[in-house]
Amino acid sequence: MRRISGERATRPCLRVPSARRGDEGLHQRDEASQKMSKQQPTQFINPETPGYVGFANLPNQVHRKSVKKGFEFTLMVVGESGLGKSTLINSLFLTDLYPERVIPGAAEKIERTVQIEASTVEIEERGVKLRLTVVDTPGYGDAINCRDCFKTIISYIDEQFERYLHDESGLNRRHIIDNRVHCCFYFISPFGHGLKPLDVAFMKAIHNKVNIVPVIAKADTLTLKERERLKKRILDEIEEHNIKIYHLPDAESDEDEDFKEQTRLLKASIPFSVVGSNQLIEAKGKKVRGRLYPWGVVEVENPEHNDFLKLRTMLITHMQDLQEVTQDLHYENFRSERLKRGGRKVENEDVNKDQILLEKEAELRRMQEMIARMQAQMQMQMQTGDGDGGALGHHV
Amino acid sequence: MDPLRRSPSPCLSSRPSSPSTPPCEMLGPVGIEAVLDQLKIKAMKMGFEFNIMVVGQSGLGKSTMVNTLFKVWKSNPPGLGVPPPQTLQLHSVTHVIEEKGVKLKLTVTDTPGFGDQINNDNCWDPILGYINEQYEQYLQEELLITRQRHIPDTRVHCCVYFVPPTGHCLRPLDIEFLQRLCQTVNVVPVIARADSLTMEEREAFRRRIQQNLRTHCINVYPQMCFDEDINDRILNSKLRDRIPFAVVGADQEHLVNGRCVLGRKTNWGIIEVENMAHCEFPLLRDLLIRSHLQDLKDITHNVHYENYRVIRLNESHLLPRGPGWVNLAPASPGQLTTPRPFKVCRGAHDDSDDEF
Repeated sequence: MRRISGERATRPCLRVPSARRGDEGLHQRDEASQKMSKQQPTQFINPETPGYVGFANLPNQVHRKSVKKGFEFTLMVVGESGLGKSTLINSLFLTDLYPERVIPGAAEKIERTVQIEASTVEIEERGVKLRLTVVDTPGYGDAINCRDCFKTIISYIDEQFERYLHDESGLNRRHIIDNRVHCCFYFISPFGHGLKPLDVAFMKAIHNKVNIVPVIAKADTLTLKERERLKKRILDEIEEHNIKIYHLPDAESDEDEDFKEQTRLLKASIPFSVVGSNQLIEAKGKKVRGRLYPWGVVEVENPEHNDFLKLRTMLITHMQDLQEVTQDLHYENFRSERLKRGGRKVENEDVNKDQILLEKEAELRRMQEMIARMQAQMQMQMQTGDGDGGALGHHV
Repeated sequence: MDPLRRSPSPCLSSRPSSPSTPPCEMLGPVGIEAVLDQLKIKAMKMGFEFNIMVVGQSGLGKSTMVNTLFKVWKSNPPGLGVPPPQTLQLHSVTHVIEEKGVKLKLTVTDTPGFGDQINNDNCWDPILGYINEQYEQYLQEELLITRQRHIPDTRVHCCVYFVPPTGHCLRPLDIEFLQRLCQTVNVVPVIARADSLTMEEREAFRRRIQQNLRTHCINVYPQMCFDEDINDRILNSKLRDRIPFAVVGADQEHLVNGRCVLGRKTNWGIIEVENMAHCEFPLLRDLLIRSHLQDLKDITHNVHYENYRVIRLNESHLLPRGPGWVNLAPASPGQLTTPRPFKVCRGAHDDSDDEF
């Protein structure tokens, strides 16, 4: 794990919405207690708001505790090779997650199956620590026959859930490491006319296990009109196939207008069309991250060029929500299914009840035989213990 | 040939005249050059035929590219709202275009649904079948006792293969397809939607693709073995260095610096399709239309079609049966083998050379 620390003025810090109220409470409390200490140190009543207890300070305590504990987030990126997944991840987190990366040649691609590669990075900003794990899926969509593409990915997600369930049911629950996949960025190719059959099949297979955020990759190949058309097409197809993607929660009514407007804009831009780059290009007198073409410069952080900033804002302001949905919805679904199956690890999902019954009967018989054997042995021991007798030592 | 029967030159007196041959000045010029004019007139009367096939995944700009190349606006409106079909389909559209008195009958065969499924095994079979079917049709016409004066030529002269601009290397599907098709038809691979790659990425991608083609022995057009003389070789080597071309297609016009250009307008600039600094569309256009059109047809007729013909005519039940196979030879008893992939024999090319 690498450690990247330091001030980064461009990145927004993690937002904990309820902290503001807590802060106010704290200030009030401080004011009040100062007044108290001067007048009546034993009474803790705030004269300004009668009946004020002070538990409005609780969110602030949660905030401090979680900042101390640090945050964990696991992000999975899925998409065909060459769609700019690694570049986007590097651009999002301003890091180089794949320093020794070697792109496999064509011959190697033919033999390869889908693999799972997880890399972890610890990022710190203004005292807030984030342990980010990025799970990459090289080989997805490469083969000529992609029917088995997503089996590896689904079994990885299930494995993480399984591990968490096991840890949660264990004796020592103090240091459970949460490696469950909180969010999956699914990269859609901008060259198609919408979703491909592989996209639909994959999303339907995992929409009950993980939060899906569809992303249109390499958005600089599309003109504005083409982009709008593609977005609408994708949303229509998602609805047509009943795919459940991650929906941003509506802003609470007591949030400020800016936040409400921001949420509204974010919701309207799904799926996000992004461009990733970590190269600094000189454009209009200042250095920006972008891609240099003979016909112009595409700026990564320009909202008119692409939705990169929106994607980053969404990820960061809703990181907590993504984790909550994973915990409350996907994990609970998995857990209830798992426990219903009776704690047996079933690999083949087509096992029907008759087979289970037969297996259980066979197991019962085996147990009974074993018990009978043990009983016979014990009897024999008792007999030999009593006396030599006529026992001929039946070996069972 | 008598060296004295040359076109008239001013210094006739310096040549010794043999007693048996009369001096040239009495016979006048022969007029062999007039043959070229006759050929031209005939060709213009008959018109040219050109059949092109475009193959690639949906959304790579095949229809737009054909529109940009041949400027046939009314034909294929880019199928934007059309979802790719479940199985591979082939449909051909024919246009007759005319320019300065020269008529061109252009047939474009599109292949929607190629490589779009989850399972793309053998998605190249319908395409190979179609190509062989065209060869078969021509062969049947050729074998008739009373042949038509001009056999309609529906054979595919060129197959343009669109490689998606991943920036990495050729995908397994691309390699499988190219390996099989290069033996049957002239294939020109192009990097589609090249406006997603910067110049450095483009060069690196091109080099990797060229390396992949070499490693897998894929012989794309212009094939090195068919270079006839040194001039051809020089010209074709320059082309071979740039293949696959990175192309961008557009069918809308915009105003740039007072000129009306074909291009794509984005928020950060206008990509001019016919500007060599932006993309290599002019190279593709020149290859297909301006310089190598006749060469494509010749190689199709002299090499690929002859290969097919030799195999079909020599056919006994022991030879492989490719798609589009029809039993020409009378049925004879003997063992039947399982069909092998349709292979071309290098020797057939030498045979056809000897014939001509």
